[in-house]
Amino acid sequence: MALHSSVLLRRKHRRETARTLAFLSPWLIGFGVFFAYPLVSTVYFSFMKYDGFTAPVFTGLKNWDYVFNHYPFFWQGLRNTLWLVVVMVALRVVFGLGIGLLITKLRTGTGFFRTAFYLPYLAPPVAATMAFAFLLNPGTGPVNHLLGDLGLPQPGWFTDPSWSKPALTMLAMWGVGDLMVIFMAALLDVPKEQYEAAELDGAGPWQRFRYVTFPNISPIVMFAVVTGVIQTMQYYTQAIVAGKVASGVIGGSGQQFEPGYPHGSTWTLPQMVYSLGFQRFDTGSACVVALVLFAISMAFTSLLLRRGAGFVSNED
Amino acid sequence: MHTPRRSRRTVAALTGSAVLALLATACTGTNSGGGQDDSASGKDVTITFWHGWSQDNETKAINDNVAAFEKLHPNIHVKVVANIADDKSEQALRAGGSDAPDVVSSFTTDNVGKFCSSKVWTDLTPFLKKDGVDPAKTFPAAMLKYSQFQGNQCSLPLLGDAYGLYYNKTAFAAAGITAPPKTFSEFEADAVKLTIADGEGYKQLGFMPTYHGYESVPAHFLGQYGATYFGEDGRSNIASDPRVAAMYTWQKGLVAKLGGFEKLEKYRTGFGDEFSSKNPFHTGQVAMSIDGEWRTASLAEEKPAFEWATAPFPVPDDQAATYGRGYQTGTIIGIARTSQKQAAAWELVKYLTTNTDAVVSFANAIHNVPSTIEALGSPKLDADPNFKTFLDIARNPDSSTTPASINGGAYQVSMQNLGYEFESGKQTDLQAGLANTAKEIDAAVNQAK
Repeated sequence: MALHSSVLLRRKHRRETARTLAFLSPWLIGFGVFFAYPLVSTVYFSFMKYDGFTAPVFTGLKNWDYVFNHYPFFWQGLRNTLWLVVVMVALRVVFGLGIGLLITKLRTGTGFFRTAFYLPYLAPPVAATMAFAFLLNPGTGPVNHLLGDLGLPQPGWFTDPSWSKPALTMLAMWGVGDLMVIFMAALLDVPKEQYEAAELDGAGPWQRFRYVTFPNISPIVMFAVVTGVIQTMQYYTQAIVAGKVASGVIGGSGQQFEPGYPHGSTWTLPQMVYSLGFQRFDTGSACVVALVLFAISMAFTSLLLRRGAGFVSNED
Repeated sequence: MHTPRRSRRTVAALTGSAVLALLATACTGTNSGGGQDDSASGKDVTITFWHGWSQDNETKAINDNVAAFEKLHPNIHVKVVANIADDKSEQALRAGGSDAPDVVSSFTTDNVGKFCSSKVWTDLTPFLKKDGVDPAKTFPAAMLKYSQFQGNQCSLPLLGDAYGLYYNKTAFAAAGITAPPKTFSEFEADAVKLTIADGEGYKQLGFMPTYHGYESVPAHFLGQYGATYFGEDGRSNIASDPRVAAMYTWQKGLVAKLGGFEKLEKYRTGFGDEFSSKNPFHTGQVAMSIDGEWRTASLAEEKPAFEWATAPFPVPDDQAATYGRGYQTGTIIGIARTSQKQAAAWELVKYLTTNTDAVVSFANAIHNVPSTIEALGSPKLDADPNFKTFLDIARNPDSSTTPASINGGAYQVSMQNLGYEFESGKQTDLQAGLANTAKEIDAAVNQAK
């Protein structure tokens, strides 16, 4: 009898396991195909000489040694990418939140401003970058004409290594509409009675933001920071288009396009993955850079989530 | 609301997606072709030909040549696909499959080393031998050099480009200059004479020497010096070939004489697109420029408000006897290793690259330099005096090209970067810069082996 019951229990357990796996299978398949396999492949190819055409050959740590010790752009690209992650993400979040706050406070014209700030987000990245390259052209662009008329210095923007990343950051802030919409939704969800109570306690605008608004929207801020970090770690299109347009180099025999123009200031790690893997046929080294990118993404996000555990309100 | 654990999971998934987006296309299998088809026995075969030409006159010219080929080979049908960038054809060749091209052309001869060493394009030597085509007797030396890598003739030249001097005759007359310069000292003097200041900028600049001045790049200038890039041992010799240092020094001196790097760069940012009527030579912003033969066609068509002419680009004073030389490059064409119809594909490649009438008519149609010795001397060639300058440069035995390298044009990127650092004053020790750049080039070549 006991034996019969344990067999039944085992069967029930197996059925439950199978059912659970069946329900989980879409995620498991997706995880395997879109995450586990590419990750394992990337690690595998980082130890191989592989040009995409002929069979891979094991070369040990050669690719790692090349990327870290001989590839002349790696460290500069890493520094640029980290600069963008820190500055661009911070400014986008602050700017997006600021615009969201302003618009939620408006009594009239909310729809107009919401649309006006959201529209740039819809512009394709290549078109938006080319428009910025036109506006910020040091010689002919209207921005420098205006600055000149006002007697202010006229930066070289995309042609000056000290201004190229700030110019890219300005472009990113111009397209902050996505964050603005998310922040507006969060801000409109903050219970009004909390503001009323704070006002009765004599809280000023800053104190209301610090002690009422921010705790309520802190999970959204964390979301914006984490997704912003991940997006910026993949920063590619705008940097390469701005560099290409500003450099004037078309490419062709004897005239190679130089990513990172000017002076490597806009090189990013994703550009290196493309350049090594698809222009130099050096898939192994491209995989090394991709793994560095992955490790940094994971480190950043883990750090943010650990540090942010106390910062995010979990009241609900 | 997100709890930290759930957020971490979400972040892990998002990060995984990020990596996937970067790498999803990186890991494909390999396949090999080399198959023969039955086209020689008259069986119908359809091959696919990808090329990068896109303008109406260009695609018409190539379609006309293909039609003439199909008339000669009624059983071979060619599916032509135009406007294919090199990046796209490279990825298609990696992937292979039934839609991959059999015959591919590329505008960038810098790719030859990559294509030959990785065997993306098949070695044409057996086909050339079978049909008794002697490459050395068929193609000009510089063109032959840029279409092979270490003895592997994986491509053939399909029209070429030669670089020379374009000058504004009206501006020359106004400045009292009667003939185009032949040496660099004459060139510098003329460039200074032709430069007219306008406040902080220029009303007219004699010549734009900075390395972002469109075709003013190290490789094109080095062509005037006949400099070498690699020694016989395959290592970079840019630090030991004195002509390389001489070029960097000459260019920097010219930058200084014409107003300095910052002033020139600011002026450069006001230039229009290189391949448009806003090109600074067309608009009169610069009075002289280094450019390829194709510019003759666009200048003739757009008729700028001044008289212009062409001449070989000047040479260093200590090499005055080599005046007439120039940098050469061009389009290359090859057969995909994955092609299962290589016999038919070879017939098309052979026709396009060695049939004199086909080469001449194509050259006349798109104003490029013919790529065979016979076609260069053909009486059917349209050769007005300005275009003839470039035909002579192509025929000049001192003309040179950039050599094929296993990792494509990576060594040129390194040399360009040194140029940017040196002209802007970020690098002041040229010899140290050349030594470091040579090391960088060797490391990259070693990595690609």
